[in-house]
Amino acid sequence: MNLSNLALGLCCILLLAGASRVSASDDAQREMAKRLEACTPCHGAAGKGTDDPYFPRLAGKPAGYLYNQLLAFRSGRRKYPPMNYLLHFLPDTYLRQIAKHYASQSPPLPVPDPSDVSAAILAEGEKLALSGDAERGLPACVSCHGAFLTGQEPGIPGLLGLRASYISAQLGGWRYGTRTANAPDCMQVVAGNLSEDDVRALSAWLASRPAPANRDPEPEGTFELPLTCGSQVMEGHQ
Amino acid sequence: MRSSFKLLSASWLAGMAAFGLSSQNEARSEEQLASVIEKGEYLARAGDCVACHTSPEGKVFAGGLAMPTPFGTLYTSNITPDVETGIGSWTSDDFYRTMHEGRFPDGGLIYPAMPFASYTKVSREDSDAIFAYLRTIAPVTQHNREHDLDFPYNNRSLILGWRTLFFEQGNFKPDQSKSDEWNRGAYLVEGLGHCGMCHTPINALGGNSEADAFKGGLIPMQNWYAPSLTSNKEAGLGDWSIDDITDLLQKGISHRGAVYGPMADVVYNSLQYLNDADTRAMAVYLKSIAQDSPKPATSRLPHAESSLLLSLGKSVYDRECAVCHGANGQGEPPHYPPLAGNQSIQMDSAVNAIRMVLNGGFPPGTFGNPMPYGMPPFSITLSDDEVAAVVSYIRTSWGNSGAPISAAEANRLRSAPLQ
Repeated sequence: MNLSNLALGLCCILLLAGASRVSASDDAQREMAKRLEACTPCHGAAGKGTDDPYFPRLAGKPAGYLYNQLLAFRSGRRKYPPMNYLLHFLPDTYLRQIAKHYASQSPPLPVPDPSDVSAAILAEGEKLALSGDAERGLPACVSCHGAFLTGQEPGIPGLLGLRASYISAQLGGWRYGTRTANAPDCMQVVAGNLSEDDVRALSAWLASRPAPANRDPEPEGTFELPLTCGSQVMEGHQ
Repeated sequence: MRSSFKLLSASWLAGMAAFGLSSQNEARSEEQLASVIEKGEYLARAGDCVACHTSPEGKVFAGGLAMPTPFGTLYTSNITPDVETGIGSWTSDDFYRTMHEGRFPDGGLIYPAMPFASYTKVSREDSDAIFAYLRTIAPVTQHNREHDLDFPYNNRSLILGWRTLFFEQGNFKPDQSKSDEWNRGAYLVEGLGHCGMCHTPINALGGNSEADAFKGGLIPMQNWYAPSLTSNKEAGLGDWSIDDITDLLQKGISHRGAVYGPMADVVYNSLQYLNDADTRAMAVYLKSIAQDSPKPATSRLPHAESSLLLSLGKSVYDRECAVCHGANGQGEPPHYPPLAGNQSIQMDSAVNAIRMVLNGGFPPGTFGNPMPYGMPPFSITLSDDEVAAVVSYIRTSWGNSGAPISAAEANRLRSAPLQ
């Protein structure tokens, strides 16, 4: 066997090994998707969302954010009985794997529904989202959720692919304290300063955003947050 | 001089020997205490203390869990060794009294949501071990919350009446005609396991009359049906293999079926921690108490209505269910339970089958099954008619002998609390 044959042989072996690794991970993904069939009626295949505007897309959100939500639904801190019920007897390690699974999915974003609010309201939403309102203690959405609204690792979610009614319901939940996060609960501070008109404008504008070229969340520490957020502190992170 | 020296050295030697002995004794008693504590921790798992005495996001054993009952809400107590707010000032006698007599150290009556009617059978030695373990956990200062019971149930003296009717204080009496294994299983099932709290018609708060009100075995406030363990028509395990029973108890899944709802809680917090010998003992005992009680299913529906239901049911089944449970209900055990021959589907009460279709569910994540496969909820995608149809279809197909159910029955469970 001469050297070039040896090299060819090695290449083949490496290629085969690579191929089997890919298919093993594909198998693992498929098996995980089968385990999580219970999630698809509401969250869609691969967590891409469904036609129902009240059920959020999960795909591509940071794993830390998804894990925090799973913990909050399991303990009842975040209240939605069908979710609380499903997660009640699932251990932390599994919840972490579920979070990673949906974080790693990247089905295409849906085309935004046509907005049912006026151009003036959309413009108001855009202004708040991009610049905030310092006088009222409102940081811009993009200052935490990223310039392209794709979120920031590990705990800040992307806001794309969500419908206005879902965003509005969540902002309402933060405002009235029915949705809370680990202290310091920065989102509660922000939402507490929003008026109902702000919520309508923000929800409409955020829901109208088309998909950016890169849909990945920003890496941890890409930019400094205007507030300290308990949800950015993960076990094993500081 | 020599003799006094001898005397001195003899006494010195004796002293040294005694010292050696006492330090040996100390080491041995420390070892013994450690093994008692370890045993106590295990037994506390078997008694599932944590499930009730810990609130969501709360400190372990600090209590405060709300327990809704038909009579109001009870809040569980702090059983950490905090002197002021927990059981830090209790003695092992006090602890045994709560377990055995259902009374506080001052003689006060405990609400029978605490399963002392079962715990009364726990031996003094086991009670002491649990107490020794509870002394070692971190004390938490958290005052017990007052119960919020409706009149007249907020009057504790009413418990006396309940006790007269339903409480028999006593020790576990082994059946000498049975094996040690069987007796160990019986001791665990009837005592610490407190299985009877849900699985016998006498339930936690009301006893017999209460059971009639909730039509036998329906767990109050939770709307899950806790099937009979003595009837093979229900959850009787008479024709199950011991391996399938131990799998169900330890892993939460088996080749015959899986646990969901309140039983998932029991497996998650308690049974998965039991060792193989104890799990097997419980399986041997449970298998032995089940008997055949054949009772032909009777349909409550007119024939024409049920034939329509069944033909709709088959089309719903083929479209939504067959992909996992198989065209003939054979399932793909253990992750996709078989429906053909599955007792839990054919019982007189169709509550659990309807709830599974409406709400789906995950079996508990356990050491033996850490990443369970979940059943999707169909409450959004199927109408009441379709739920009734598919449940009727699985209850009556492939040799199953359940009765069809109506859309109204399916509809009623849409509002059942999800816990």
